[in-house]
Amino acid sequence: MSELTLTVMRLGFLAVLWLFVIVAVQVIRSDLFGTRVTQRGSRREAGRPQQAARQAAAPPQQRGQQGGGRQRRNAPTKLVVSEGTLTGTTVALQAQTITLGRAHDSTIVLDDDYASSRHARIYPDRDGQWIVEDLGSTNGTYLDRTRLTTPTPIPLGAPIRIGKTVIELRK
Amino acid sequence: MSSTTNSPTHHTSTIGAIGAPSRRNTELALLVFAVVIPVFAYANVGLAINDEVPAGLLSYGIGLGLLAGIGHLAVRKFAPYADPLLLPLATLLNGLGLVAIWRLDQSKLLQSLPTYITAAPRQLLYTALGIALFVVVLIFLKDHRVLQRYTYISMFVALVLLLLPLVPGLGADVFGAKIWIRVPGLGSVQPGEFAKIVLAVFFAGYLMVKRDALALASRRFMGLYLPRGRDLGPILVVWAMSILILIFETDLGTSLLFFGMFVIMLYVATERTSWIVFGLLMSAVGAVGVASFESHIQQRVDAWLDPMREYTLSQQGVWGHSEQAMQALWAFGSGGTLGTGWGQGHSELIRFAANSDFILATFGEELGLAGVMALLLLYALIVERGVRTALAARDPFGKLLAIGLSGAFALQVFVVAGGVMGLIPLTGMTMPFLAYGGSSVLANWALIGILMRISDTARRPAPAPAPNPDAEMTQVVRPS
Repeated sequence: MSELTLTVMRLGFLAVLWLFVIVAVQVIRSDLFGTRVTQRGSRREAGRPQQAARQAAAPPQQRGQQGGGRQRRNAPTKLVVSEGTLTGTTVALQAQTITLGRAHDSTIVLDDDYASSRHARIYPDRDGQWIVEDLGSTNGTYLDRTRLTTPTPIPLGAPIRIGKTVIELRK
Repeated sequence: MSSTTNSPTHHTSTIGAIGAPSRRNTELALLVFAVVIPVFAYANVGLAINDEVPAGLLSYGIGLGLLAGIGHLAVRKFAPYADPLLLPLATLLNGLGLVAIWRLDQSKLLQSLPTYITAAPRQLLYTALGIALFVVVLIFLKDHRVLQRYTYISMFVALVLLLLPLVPGLGADVFGAKIWIRVPGLGSVQPGEFAKIVLAVFFAGYLMVKRDALALASRRFMGLYLPRGRDLGPILVVWAMSILILIFETDLGTSLLFFGMFVIMLYVATERTSWIVFGLLMSAVGAVGVASFESHIQQRVDAWLDPMREYTLSQQGVWGHSEQAMQALWAFGSGGTLGTGWGQGHSELIRFAANSDFILATFGEELGLAGVMALLLLYALIVERGVRTALAARDPFGKLLAIGLSGAFALQVFVVAGGVMGLIPLTGMTMPFLAYGGSSVLANWALIGILMRISDTARRPAPAPAPNPDAEMTQVVRPS
């Protein structure tokens, strides 16, 4: 067998061996899996008419924010789930109400036996300050340690506890 | 309920955990790849040594392919969500080992030795038995948590397996290390390889129960958590056991493997760094203590510190010295970066044990640094998949068992590769899957089978949620 053939085979074998290692690492890379976000409302809000309808239907506190678009300093930009089955989930805060509960049409569907179907909602008021309101839940909504009775402004980073789930607002 | 009326018009999304896809087709593709590489190597060896494509190429390729296919079908049927990488990685390593063993069989020098046997067909038979054992594990071990019931029986079985080589008439002293038993009609068996798995089951079951006591009942002293005296008991027992193995079976590798595995599992179970510090201290004390009066261990240490002197002594015919450690280093050296190519090295000069303990030297010479690094990465990937399985496992027993098995696998690779490369004193253990040896191949296939079972349970998607949670009652938090 000629020297050249053997050299080619020698290098070829090493290349193939390394190719296997690289492919295996690729498989591991694509194996990293986390949470899946399914957009369910997107089909409905196809055009502008619905957009207008949405603004009309939104709670009154929300309207002032729509026109202003004024971003305050230290305003939170995302909602983070820090405890519970959805830990690690983040939702970007736009100027719209976020509903939390076990009901399928909630913004964040909680898989939590201690949460009510419609547990609480979080919305911005006229000044862009985010407010949490308990919607008459069974076990209550807690901001830090206090059970909410009225809509309450949310300080940045304060834990809101709903059943076994804890969420907070972050910059 | 204002949210009820306006929520459909809002931007709504559901956030839930994705189940991992089963990825069986990825496994099949990788498996084909893992069979093609050894076939390529096999042809390469034939062309280099005999100038022709070996006659057995087709049957060898079909044989390996068939075995891999049976393994794959069993996984599809009995563990459909198991990790897609473990089987191809093990198949590739096993196939490459077969090629290297066959290549050493071809050597005229080894054929002239009195100890020569045609090892490759036997290794293929062991591989077939190993994959059969793998399939049996997948079929009969429906749920790895069943093993938890046998915690203390495992301890007993492991002790018996470890002590068997010491039984007079049964044990065989093979070149200093008493780790073999002779079974009439079957040949020699290395019970330590199987004890590795059984002991991992015991440690996992034991630590699962005792982890809280070991982790929490401790005093803080100089930044370390000191465990209570009575919690030190088990670690002392395991330590004493590994020291006894070292003294009576003069086997450094097995002793290191068991103690190391226990310390790894203890650390994972309790998250206390102090156990690692204790473990390292105790193994250092034990190893130094035993090495100072056990002549076999002493000789191994001397050969490690000065392999050249050992080589000279053995060339002068002084009894009890071995030139192998130096020869292995020369083999690695002459391989260089890219190696000499399959079949073109001279690792057969290692003679005895060239295809078992020293098989890595053959790879080092013929595939060079590039090839050995790839092999070590393949081992690292197997260990990584084991650790990943432990992370994904939902039950503490499965977590501990997976980490124990992959830890033992990693330690074994380290002990053998480190020994052959001169990083640590040489021990009489075999490279998993690569080296010639029935016990090792069988035990490691069983190990892969158990890891696959745990990863199947871990990656299996959770049952679908109830169709309408709105209808369910909210549970009420009762003040306690």
